[in-house]
Amino acid sequence: MISFDYISAADVESALRAASTPSSKFIAGGTTLIDLMKLDVERPTTVVDVTTLARRDASLAAVSELPGGGLRLGALAHMSDVAWDPRVRDRYPLVSQSLLLAASGQLRNMATMGGNILQRTRCSYFRDTATPCNKRDPGSGCSAIGGFNRTHAILGTSEHCIATHPSDLAVALAALDTTVQVRGTAPRSIPFADFHLLPGAHPEVETTLRPGELITSIDLPAVSFAKRSLYLKVRDRASYAFALAAAAVAVDLQGGAIRGARVALGGVGTKPWRSHEAEAVLVGKRATEATFRAAANAALAGARPHKDNAFKVELAKRTLVRALTEVSA
Amino acid sequence: MSDGRAPSVGAPLNRVDGRLKVTGGARYAAEYPLPNVAYAVIVTSTIAKGHVKQMDTSAAERAPGVLAVLTPQNAQRLPGYGGNTSGTAVPNAYGPPAMRVPTLLQNDEVHYNGQPIGVVVADTFEHATAAAQMVKATYTEDKPVLDIHSAPKNPPETVKPLGGERTSKHGDVASGLAAATVKVDQTYTTPLENHNPMEMHSTIAAWDGDSLTLYESTQGITSVRNTVAKSLGLTPDKVKVVAYFTGGGFGSKGGPWSHETLAAMAAKRVNRPVKLVLSRQQMFGPVGGRPHTIQHVTLGARPDGALTAVRHESTSNTSTLENWVESAAAQTRMLYASPNIETQYDLIKLNVGSPTFMRGPGESSGTFALESAMDELAYALKMDPVALRLKNYAETDPESGKPWSSKSLRECYATGAAAFGWDKRNAVPRSMRDGRLLVGWGMATATYPARRQAAGTTARLLPDGTIDVRAGTQEIGCGTYTVMSQIAADALGVPVSRVRFELGNTDMPENPASTGSVTAASTGSAVNEAALALKAKIEQLAPGGLASNSAADIVAKNGGQPVEVTVTSKPGAEQQQYSMHSFGAVFTEVHVDPDLAIIRVPRVVTAHGVGKVLNAKTARSQLQGGVVWGIGMALLEETHVDMRSGRYLNADLAEYHVPVNADVGTIDVHFVEENDPHVNPIGVKGAGEIGITGVAASIANAVYHATGKRVRDLPIRLERVMA
Ligand SMILES: Cc1cc2nc3c(=O)[nH]c(=O)nc-3n(C[C@H](O)[C@H](O)[C@H](O)COP(=O)(O)OP(=O)(O)OC[C@H]3O[C@@H](n4cnc5c(N)ncnc54)[C@H](O)[C@@H]3O)c2cc1C
Ligand code: SF4
Repeated sequence: MISFDYISAADVESALRAASTPSSKFIAGGTTLIDLMKLDVERPTTVVDVTTLARRDASLAAVSELPGGGLRLGALAHMSDVAWDPRVRDRYPLVSQSLLLAASGQLRNMATMGGNILQRTRCSYFRDTATPCNKRDPGSGCSAIGGFNRTHAILGTSEHCIATHPSDLAVALAALDTTVQVRGTAPRSIPFADFHLLPGAHPEVETTLRPGELITSIDLPAVSFAKRSLYLKVRDRASYAFALAAAAVAVDLQGGAIRGARVALGGVGTKPWRSHEAEAVLVGKRATEATFRAAANAALAGARPHKDNAFKVELAKRTLVRALTEVSA
Repeated sequence: MSDGRAPSVGAPLNRVDGRLKVTGGARYAAEYPLPNVAYAVIVTSTIAKGHVKQMDTSAAERAPGVLAVLTPQNAQRLPGYGGNTSGTAVPNAYGPPAMRVPTLLQNDEVHYNGQPIGVVVADTFEHATAAAQMVKATYTEDKPVLDIHSAPKNPPETVKPLGGERTSKHGDVASGLAAATVKVDQTYTTPLENHNPMEMHSTIAAWDGDSLTLYESTQGITSVRNTVAKSLGLTPDKVKVVAYFTGGGFGSKGGPWSHETLAAMAAKRVNRPVKLVLSRQQMFGPVGGRPHTIQHVTLGARPDGALTAVRHESTSNTSTLENWVESAAAQTRMLYASPNIETQYDLIKLNVGSPTFMRGPGESSGTFALESAMDELAYALKMDPVALRLKNYAETDPESGKPWSSKSLRECYATGAAAFGWDKRNAVPRSMRDGRLLVGWGMATATYPARRQAAGTTARLLPDGTIDVRAGTQEIGCGTYTVMSQIAADALGVPVSRVRFELGNTDMPENPASTGSVTAASTGSAVNEAALALKAKIEQLAPGGLASNSAADIVAKNGGQPVEVTVTSKPGAEQQQYSMHSFGAVFTEVHVDPDLAIIRVPRVVTAHGVGKVLNAKTARSQLQGGVVWGIGMALLEETHVDMRSGRYLNADLAEYHVPVNADVGTIDVHFVEENDPHVNPIGVKGAGEIGITGVAASIANAVYHATGKRVRDLPIRLERVMA
């Protein structure tokens, strides 16, 4: 960890000003940032604490109603608070579940919505400054390709990077067509599907957030059938582990027929992986295992496994089938 | 008890140091408040094999707060480093008691990725950490040897397991196999693993003239003292080691590594006390781990299950610094009665950190192979696995022919099976279900040697009535303060509250390292002997002893001096007459999701005969902890190393998986009462390590029963079951 300046922001304007230099970073819960600073992977010279903003504007750390029946998750709201919010639990079970199945109780009490969707990959080469990594050090090469890549992605990879996006919450959000509200020189809204980027030739650029822009909230739209939703996570141990495969699903079931469906996958994609392909297979069909299996095959049709993670293709399919089966039961 | 008091030994007493621990009053190595302490951070190599060409320390030396940067170029030359001025490491130059080849900046060699190659000392931990990241090394790099499956084997004469021979041959396995009607011939593997005690290895080194004090996180104050003294060219009396509490070690802190001596060198350089705490990442490589093993087990049996032949060949990796053998075939030499038993060890040198003792070293990895093979044999014979083991029950030690000092394994099988409900098992794989989940029941045998070493104790009666007992042993979390207090109290016939037991300082009488489950037997015997001797001396001074005289009167009769005795208690001829081991049985239930292959362990039942149980509570914790670790060994633990660079890939607690609470179901621990008159004066066989042995096999056998899938490679990750 290098020495850095710490600024505690009083309001959004001063936070934006303080973060306008290229080597500054916002800090919320710090559970990603401090971890990576200790490893010398993140090297900000100025750290701007945004948790103090909620003192002036409590909505930044709260869950609030949106007109039309949606919910706004303040960027500074803690994972644990959002997970246990009765409205979130009732209207968006998959969001609550994705949060409760993530990290540990202590981490969830610190970590925030904004920080969560911006967390960095767990690829061990990314986290180790002694090894080449295109994401950390553009152009240096990808150590995971040809290295140990059991936890890496099978969807959305490129020849430059195969790192998995680790967030569980982001998978649930991808399924819901959420919107990320940000403040920079001017406020703007970013549809969730456009927020994270595929690695392509530039894995170091992970989102469409511009340098110095602050996330203020994540807006969940009203989805009539989100009540019937589920987040299923498969991992190596029973708790406190990242997903090997996960599925966020919601279905609109009418008399055994699927009228609408949302499917996103976690643990397998370089970004939170919405599968319109799976949804297209499901809609209009009867909720049977054969339908679910066909949807899973469609979702994983583009999978490109590497040496150690071939099992993820079948695991992700089975995870999705199980999630769809349970949510339709 | 002479005064009719109920014995405290055996009772489930709370830890005497429990309050100190939960209130933060227990002081661990890095917590000694020394004035003017400076902070050291180790710089590690980023290649696995080769030489350090140059270390650019200019930026680090200019960085704020930096006091010194030690490198192979500028570090003091140590007289104890093999006495070799060219600085080439002489393997095992240290010999016993250290058994280690540390890397002390005496040469430019790099043997593994993450090896200490420098030390930065600064006024604060933060300054030292920042500066350490500024040190840039360049190397001449050689291709590292990392793949145990393709690397060459060591010459046989370099393969020397501790306390045993490379090979053993009892009868003739070839003819035994020829006589067999059923055979099992399989290879089992266990991966690299690393110890992850909560407390990182830590040292504060403080010089006073030419005398050195080390506040140390260790399982062995004496071996740290002797080795550091030897490295620095000092006599052992110039080095004092203090360790009143150690936050877990599990073998990795059994002896010294490099950081203790490096801290002493840094303290000398900056002329201040120096504190050095390893980072969690530095726990992977520089301070040992369990080596990778490849174990080939061949069993032959007659239709009635009688073993006609048993062969166990274990190949494990070592480092390029040392030849350290994981004695994974040890239990195979003594567990089952067969006329023909052969074992053999081989070593393969890899560019990884040196392996060392890790909870149940040898037996935990070895029972995985042997007890999995026994389960395979039971299926091949269509025999119940418990019945197969009873059929081959060893009434005497099969290798030496000696009688057991005690053995109640038969009772362990019976007790465990009854508590588990084993008789309701349908042996057919995939035959048992709980809703959608596949249910599997498996079992295995547990065993670990009962060892004892020489140990000293001083016991004193103070005028206020306190019995002060001192032994230079260690409290590594097992409950040593508590059980030693109990032993002394019972021997003297006083309540435990009157005993003050002190440990963890090399000024005290010498004791063995807290490794190999020796502490209760060794130090316990010494404490018992000292307390009995003190009692006799008191009786001589004041007939009727403590029951009829006040402490003040007794001390007055002793010329006003505390009444004091010092003893050294040693094992004797019984070591030659008997074979001494603890035994147990482990029964496990697993639930496996048939599609997702998620494995859960809802319950484990164990029954062990470990001699006298000194404290039902702390002993239970030892056995339960062993099972928890066994669950980790079976399902989770594995250190990943990059096969090109030798970097440790999962060197943190987020990615190196040990069980969390949710992974552990009920663990039902039973002790079979055992009265062992031979093993040592207090009848204790040790409960520290046996708890993990047999657990991995028991789980693997349950997974087979549940799924029909035999997994011979640990850990049993879901993809190994899914396929
Ligand atoms: C051991 C461990 C296990 C974990 N397990 C899981 C898991 O199983 N599943 C899972 O989903 N996650 C897991 N996590 C990740 C955890 O959820 C994230 O670290 C956390 O959500 C990040 O939130 P934070 O507030 O602490 O972010 P910070 O660390 O404060 O920030 C992270 C990044 O986001 C930026 N940032 C933060 N807030 C804003 C904002 N409002 N606007 C713009 N930029 C911002 C920061 O500059 C920084 O770059 C785990 C983390 C750890 C350490
Ligand atoms: S997968 Fe991506 S993050 Fe990992 S080493 Fe390759 S480039 Fe870096």
